[in-house]
Amino acid sequence: MTQLILEQALNGLQFGLMLFLLAAGLTLVFGIMDMINLAHGSLYMVGAYLAAAVTQASGSFMVGIGTAMLVTALLGALLEVSLLRRLYARDHLAQVLATFALILIANEVVRMIWGAQPMLLNAPEALSGPVSLAGFFYPAYRLLLIGVGVLVAGLLYLLVSHTRLGMWVRAGASNREMTEALGVNVRLLFTAVFAAGAALCALAGAMLGPLLAVQVGMGESILILAFVVIVIGGIGSIRGALVGSLMVGLVDTLGRAALPSLLREFLSPEVASSLGPALASILIYVLMAAILFWRPEGLFPARG
Amino acid sequence: MSERRTILLEVRDVSKHFGGIYALNGASLALESGEVHALIGPNGAGKTTLIHVLSGALTADAGQVIFNGNDLAWRAMHERVALGLARSYQITNLFSRLTVLDNVTMAVQSRVRDWGSSFSFWKPFSLDSAIVDEAQDLLDQVSLTGLAGRRACQLSHGEQRCLEVALVLATKPKLLLLDEPMAGMGPEESVRMVELIENLARRVTMLLVEHDMDAVFRLADRISVLVGGRVIASGAPAAIRADHEVRRAYLGDAQ
Amino acid sequence: MGLYASSPRRRIAAAMTLVALLALPWLMQSLDQGFYVSLASRVLIFALAATSLNLVIGFGGMISFGHAAFFGAGAYTVAILAESGVVSAALAWPLALAVAALLALLIGAISLRTRGVYFIMITLAFAQMVFYLVVSLKSWGGDDGLLLLRRSTFGSLDLKDDTTFYFVVLATLALVLLALDRLAHSRFGRVIQSIRENETRMEALGYPVFSYKLVCFVIGGALAGLAGALLVNQSGLASPNLLHWMQSGTLMVMIVIGGVGSVFGGVVGAVLLLLCEEFFVEISPHWQIGLGLLLLAVVLWAPLGIAGLFGWGRSRE
Repeated sequence: MTQLILEQALNGLQFGLMLFLLAAGLTLVFGIMDMINLAHGSLYMVGAYLAAAVTQASGSFMVGIGTAMLVTALLGALLEVSLLRRLYARDHLAQVLATFALILIANEVVRMIWGAQPMLLNAPEALSGPVSLAGFFYPAYRLLLIGVGVLVAGLLYLLVSHTRLGMWVRAGASNREMTEALGVNVRLLFTAVFAAGAALCALAGAMLGPLLAVQVGMGESILILAFVVIVIGGIGSIRGALVGSLMVGLVDTLGRAALPSLLREFLSPEVASSLGPALASILIYVLMAAILFWRPEGLFPARG
Repeated sequence: MSERRTILLEVRDVSKHFGGIYALNGASLALESGEVHALIGPNGAGKTTLIHVLSGALTADAGQVIFNGNDLAWRAMHERVALGLARSYQITNLFSRLTVLDNVTMAVQSRVRDWGSSFSFWKPFSLDSAIVDEAQDLLDQVSLTGLAGRRACQLSHGEQRCLEVALVLATKPKLLLLDEPMAGMGPEESVRMVELIENLARRVTMLLVEHDMDAVFRLADRISVLVGGRVIASGAPAAIRADHEVRRAYLGDAQ
Repeated sequence: MGLYASSPRRRIAAAMTLVALLALPWLMQSLDQGFYVSLASRVLIFALAATSLNLVIGFGGMISFGHAAFFGAGAYTVAILAESGVVSAALAWPLALAVAALLALLIGAISLRTRGVYFIMITLAFAQMVFYLVVSLKSWGGDDGLLLLRRSTFGSLDLKDDTTFYFVVLATLALVLLALDRLAHSRFGRVIQSIRENETRMEALGYPVFSYKLVCFVIGGALAGLAGALLVNQSGLASPNLLHWMQSGTLMVMIVIGGVGSVFGGVVGAVLLLLCEEFFVEISPHWQIGLGLLLLAVVLWAPLGIAGLFGWGRSRE
């Protein structure tokens, strides 16, 4: 039982860290530019497809991930310069609609290039087996994801809290006009942030590819989870994104694993088996509602 | 000024801090019914914060605000307006895309005690002619009658300030909080605004925050001086002019 | 964009459209194209759903991204009631409306505590919650949805007949549009439009802004529930797709194309979008690229929508 819980907790941690890769870029975009971007999930999808295609062609997972991150970052920068930049001054409705249009376009283009069937992306041979961890076996590939997630989170932390670039980003998220007045080139800064966010999306898409299916529509379901993360953590806060991601990852994974059996203790098996999955699927939204009730601005609001 | 000196608004030891900085630090103030009370002080003294706390836009960390016998703690902004406490904005804050007349009718329509709430879904507003008539009347008072059909954003700055006053008046307040009504005005516009405020002074109690000292000394019955989040002096204009501490802390610097 | 004012010209256009729509079944039958009567019902039902969202977004200024939840709630209510033997429209449809209204009250009461980007994301998240809840409940059909084996009954009217059903839908839509036009000119309508224009000022004038927004949100949700009740009767299936967030997005696209904050914007948008879909699906399976580009163009260059391009917008000038 403890083993099961431990394994699920690791799964939750792994999922939470991958969510963080998406949420980190997204929260900065929302925070600095006060802009809602639905197309973030599409970058994740494009990243996953690129990784799968390049891995198939080159035979190397590493080459696949690297190419996917690079190309997606370029795509992101291009998107920001050509389109999104025009939307910052517009109202939120225009932003929602324009980025919704991007989702429609991205989904169809991907379908045109790679077809409607899910694409296969395999983890490297060497990592496909389990490793022994203090008495139980855990897939090596999932451990790698945890490692990468922790590494990226650590690097982001150093970048944001200990470098000049990070200071500008933080300043931009809490008060954009002030930052501009201080002479920071916010336009360039934002293109850079956006490209970096896109690269992180691609990384998450590529890393999750072997676990979840690489298919059209994969971006949207995870985008909404990223939204939940950002709402919980507070817009514009990297720390909030990390805490929110881990909360959502753990609550969702553990809820799905434990709730049905937990309910069976109190309810009849039939009721429990139908109610369990239903309750588990809404757990993170209940969590979000509860946090909003106490802190409408999220746990770590960046705006003062 | 009224003969009976009843206290309309009492501010007791109000504090408000942002992070580690105290914008208000035990500020106390009493307004008598019928007076024009000016609140002056150097920039950053906490004047606008006090207006925010009084109107309900901010909640004080400590202290009490009593208005007309009601403790205002926890009362939302709209409840305070219903009690008769209205504010104008330092930065013009109108319905810029609505016509001047619509701006004022929205303000008149807000008075639940006269027209009931606005949860009326079927009856056309055009039948509520009493509201429109009153709005026209208010536009007369602030000399904007001829501009009723313009959009608010098409008015000059001075005209927008006058419209701002009309909006506040429309709620029929007992106490008017005027936050720098002369901000950004040219000399001619200022003269017009001073006249407008003088006319209003006969009907409503006012707390006037203003930097223009000529206007303040001309309009105010009493003056309070806010420095560093505290009221350091309160009294008739002549007494304030003579007050040593005030001269040192404020007027001396300003001149 | 001031307060909404309907011009006599627009009212005449609406009356003429109504006459044309009344004649449509007769025309289609004489051309032997009976199928199109059912399609027309579908279009009008989506027009109703889009109109309900336009009340929330266009008039109330609340950018709700979860409207599909209320749409779907109405559809599922009718389907679930039918499973337990309640098929009377006089009972099921008002119940569908009430369930959607209650859901809107719950979601609105929490979401309206926030503004801006938060509000958009939270309404979206809550709608997804409803989606996942319904999909995970096997007794409600899970991924497959719930079949509605027989249409609702309505007194002596035979709703199984496509033409009769079409007239019921048309009458419902016409009544809702009339009510919305009245609402736009009522005191409530003026209040919510002014909140859209300047929320803090309305609060400072003494309006309990939260209550007005919530009531507007709930009315919009209830009308979407009514549209859902009609749609499940038209299609015979309460599908989880109705609750999906892409559905919310599609409704939003409709009102933006048709004209945000205009009484007929939802109708114009729904008709244009669904007819385009019907037409272009035949030409290319990738027609959504075209839709995406069209949408981008509308957002960037025609913010008042197609209606705005032809001067049917809400402006008085």
